[in-house]
Amino acid sequence: MSDQTLSVSLTAEPTPQWKYAWRQFRRHKLALASAALLLVLSIITVFADVLVPYDPNAIDAAYARGRPQPPTYEHSFGTDNYGRDYLSRAMVGVRVSLVVGVVAVVFQLVIGVVLGAAAGYFGGWVDNLLMRITDVFLSIPSFFLLLIIAGVLEGTLLALIFVIGALNWMTVARLVRAEFLSLREREFVMAANCIGVPGWRLVTRHLLPNALAPIIVAATLSVPYAILTESALSFLGRGVPPPHASLGKMLQEAQPWLRTAWWMWVVPGAIISAIVLAFNFVGDGLRDALDPRLRR
Amino acid sequence: MTRYVIRRLIQAIPLLVAVSILTFAIVEIAPGDASQMYIDPEKGTDPAYLEQVRRSLGLDQPVYVRYLAWLGKTLSGDLGFSFRTRRPVALEIGDRLPNTLLLGGASLLLSFLVAVPIGILSALYRYTLLDYVLSTLALVGISLPVFWFALLLLQVFAIQLNWFPAVGMHDVRQQYEGAAAILDVVHHMVLPTIVLSLAQMASWSRYQRSALLETLGQDYIRTARAKGARERRVIGLHALRNAMIPMVTLIGLAVPSIVTGAFITETIFGWPGMGRLGVEAVNGRDYPIIMAVTMLSAVLIIVGNLLADVAYAWADPRIRYE
Repeated sequence: MSDQTLSVSLTAEPTPQWKYAWRQFRRHKLALASAALLLVLSIITVFADVLVPYDPNAIDAAYARGRPQPPTYEHSFGTDNYGRDYLSRAMVGVRVSLVVGVVAVVFQLVIGVVLGAAAGYFGGWVDNLLMRITDVFLSIPSFFLLLIIAGVLEGTLLALIFVIGALNWMTVARLVRAEFLSLREREFVMAANCIGVPGWRLVTRHLLPNALAPIIVAATLSVPYAILTESALSFLGRGVPPPHASLGKMLQEAQPWLRTAWWMWVVPGAIISAIVLAFNFVGDGLRDALDPRLRR
Repeated sequence: MTRYVIRRLIQAIPLLVAVSILTFAIVEIAPGDASQMYIDPEKGTDPAYLEQVRRSLGLDQPVYVRYLAWLGKTLSGDLGFSFRTRRPVALEIGDRLPNTLLLGGASLLLSFLVAVPIGILSALYRYTLLDYVLSTLALVGISLPVFWFALLLLQVFAIQLNWFPAVGMHDVRQQYEGAAAILDVVHHMVLPTIVLSLAQMASWSRYQRSALLETLGQDYIRTARAKGARERRVIGLHALRNAMIPMVTLIGLAVPSIVTGAFITETIFGWPGMGRLGVEAVNGRDYPIIMAVTMLSAVLIIVGNLLADVAYAWADPRIRYE
């Protein structure tokens, strides 16, 4: 090998990792379509107040006459039995679902990463204690506990989000711990230790970035879980407080009209399923894209 | 092995104590207490009378005293009385638990019977159209909200086609006996079992697919092929038996998701199980029942985890616990 080729390869700009990842992600057509759908839904979430064709809580008793009205040109998703525009309610419901899903996952990431990093970095009795606490949380029937707590809160959406996050951080904690335990033994960490990199810097600059890919994938795949939990709670009448519209609550209200008004239960259910499916596809695509060993 | 199981059972004790403290604390901050169940119609909401009731129930004691009292009673087998029905909690649970176990067991069996063949097909025809269709269907299965899937099945099979009953466990209009009674229960079970199985079916088929793919890459499979064994024999005898090992643990690990699913599924289908009892107890603030249902669910989850580990060692001789 000549000196020339060596110097060329050294001066050439290295392709950034995210470019490889994007190239791989693009190939997963369903993941790409799902990401586009999530983008549209995010826009709806941010601008729902401007985009809604009607006030989602405005009652039009004269129009509904006590029965859900089928989709028409004016009301493209129909109305419920109070004459409230179903499209507008669904848009506000999408906002609730996405906010609950994303914020709950951010919250559980904070708990999970901190506890998992502490357990993996310190090892010993800290690890032992933190993992026993994780075991306790894994043994509680978390959905039932949420049902009890949601009854206690009887109130704010934010509290509900925090509780969902507080009961679901265990997977992330275990994942981060396992990554740290394996990374701790690598040569680059030993090298950093040798040149006297302080512990805090070692965690934030060396260990965490290398554990980022599995954390991102786990986070993406946790969002649907949080969304399904919120909608299941709302469906059982224990989730988002009134007068907010939530997709789960719309399904609960649709139950008496199962026979007569199909749009009442098809619309919210199909939207929840689409959101959850989209997050699962994106998570699937990210897993392939972020793991160099899986790249084809 | 016996020593390992015993050690795990001992380890479960502090776990259960921690779960009970957590639940007790949550119930503690919930509004209302047992005294409201003893309101006398004549004395009404007279504060002095309520104070007297609270004292006689021990509710004026500090929280740790009450927790220890609850723990002592529970350990001696006294679960207290339901606030709503005034029946012993043990009887209430005893009525409901077998129904939940029946539903949960049936759905685990159904998940297994559906997921394993799907996973095998996916692995054998990997990267073909069939594999993609099955993979996508599995992801859809994981993504469908349980309660919406339940409403869909109710709408199609109970309301439109009228093939299956929509609610309950028995036909209350008939007095069936013997085989007819069993068939009646099975008839009522079909829809809730399918709903409860959906999530497991979908995720297990993925596990089965990757387990079989991993096994097919092993040296002994190449050896089997090299010595001229027929493909059927290679797959059926050499690969599948080893690819089934990880599946054994999944059954035990599915318990939390079955428990969660039971709360929703039983409520929708009016199945008289522990899940519905729990939801009713939450709505009626029936704290003795809430405590019992939580603890029992935790026990089921812990036992499920233990079973998963034991089954793994039993199915795979390479795994040895000390």
